[in-house]
Amino acid sequence: MPIVTYILRDGKRTEIEVPAGTSVMEAAIHNNVRGIEAECGGCLSCATCHVYIDPSSTAELSAPDDAEEELLEGVAAERRPESRLSCQLVVASTMSGLVVRIPEKQG
Amino acid sequence: MKPRLVIVGASYAGLQLAASARGSGHDGDIVLIGDEPHAPYQRPPLSKGFLTGSFAEERLPLRSPAFYGEMQIQWMPSTRALRIDRERKEIELHDGARLAYDHLALTTGARVRKLDCKGASHDAVHYLRDLRDARRLVERTQTARRAVVVGGGYIGLEAAASLRQKGIDVTVVETEARVLARVASPSISVIMQRAHTRHGVSLALGRKVVAIHDVADGVAVELDDGARLSCDLVVVGIGVLPNTELAAGCGLDVAGGIVVDACARTSDPSIVAAGDCAAFVPYWAPAGSAACRIESVQNANDMARTAAASVLGRSEPYRAVPWFWSDQYDLKLQMAGVNTGFTDFAVRGSIDEGKFSLFYFRDDRLVAVDSINRPQDHMLARKLLSTGTRLSVEDVNDPGFDLKAFANRDAGVAHGAAS
Repeated sequence: MPIVTYILRDGKRTEIEVPAGTSVMEAAIHNNVRGIEAECGGCLSCATCHVYIDPSSTAELSAPDDAEEELLEGVAAERRPESRLSCQLVVASTMSGLVVRIPEKQG
Repeated sequence: MKPRLVIVGASYAGLQLAASARGSGHDGDIVLIGDEPHAPYQRPPLSKGFLTGSFAEERLPLRSPAFYGEMQIQWMPSTRALRIDRERKEIELHDGARLAYDHLALTTGARVRKLDCKGASHDAVHYLRDLRDARRLVERTQTARRAVVVGGGYIGLEAAASLRQKGIDVTVVETEARVLARVASPSISVIMQRAHTRHGVSLALGRKVVAIHDVADGVAVELDDGARLSCDLVVVGIGVLPNTELAAGCGLDVAGGIVVDACARTSDPSIVAAGDCAAFVPYWAPAGSAACRIESVQNANDMARTAAASVLGRSEPYRAVPWFWSDQYDLKLQMAGVNTGFTDFAVRGSIDEGKFSLFYFRDDRLVAVDSINRPQDHMLARKLLSTGTRLSVEDVNDPGFDLKAFANRDAGVAHGAAS
């Protein structure tokens, strides 16, 4: 099963096995990874599941689509080139080396 | 003894209140009482993906089981609170047990308003509020061919869209002259009506259901103009009633909801209330306005944060910008602010292409923005509304106007509520 690494606000890293087809947001919620709020449940309405793709990440990701790009305008923490909404990062069976960092705030 | 917080009602508001109280330093017991057997779960998908089958039940829980342990939140499923003894600071549960509290939070939510006509208790009649309703409805849709949706509000319209996506014929019956009459501007109503018509939904506007008749292969829904709509499924979405009985029973102020102040405090200093059940005079309403309730995930979460602060003895008045969303077919409707009494509006984007936002002004101040398939406008609108930035109709009408640059002038100013 693909493994996603989350870097928490305190710098700790946690590795989660994520079934293919599950989003990085949902895996965080199911595994009690703190710092991802996901108020809208992943339907692109709230921008409270913001993450940064860490420089150490080696996973190949497709670029954000227009809607994600637009919602990223509303993230509470700094918007950076490596900003993504974790509800839109769906883990594929072949994915490996994804490392995401939780921003300092979501709301 | 460390103070014990007891929370009655385990959905968005109750869960957020528990999490915020713990996260902000409440170090006593936190007991979260819910009358359902399920841990707190997402409700918005029930009328959308859960109904169409694209959103599986195991994705519904709001938090993992480990969350409750780690946060030391004692969740009590299938538990009903029967009454509150304010003098002894105890609540009585359905099994006769008594639970002492130092702080009590009422996040009791709301229940569906039932259809009141002959035949309304027929087996074909469904409601949509909780998981049990949704499961029963999904079961019925496996065989249903023709549905009548009673009520053209958000639940009714979302249900209609989901049923259409399952290939079921749908007629929506609405007593008002337009759908979403209570909750959206006429322009949004027209756009949603067009979308539903385009997807094959029949609309019976300005019509009332007077009876439901049992017939051979289902029911016939009789309208006030004499029409009889035969169908094998009726979905009723005609609003909700706040669950205020516990509060009223112990003498708290109740007026169309459990009355709270800007800090979510009831008339008893030991009791807060938040979410669908709580009535308050919103900060955006003119002074002297009546208290109102807001039924949304955002309101439940943000009010719960305010209520948690009050439990901890901090005063953090509710100042969040209200926002709401509804997904129907390929339309993503997102609303920010409250457009009540708007005096002017302006459009950005293309109505023909189905991507636009309506900016509402009252006395030259921006009060609300409704966006259809324009998430960026929605996010920027929330920013603008929270900072109170001046924006004019002329700005919005100017084709060269850069909303993003304008909203980001105030970058760094906190918006929304802290998590």
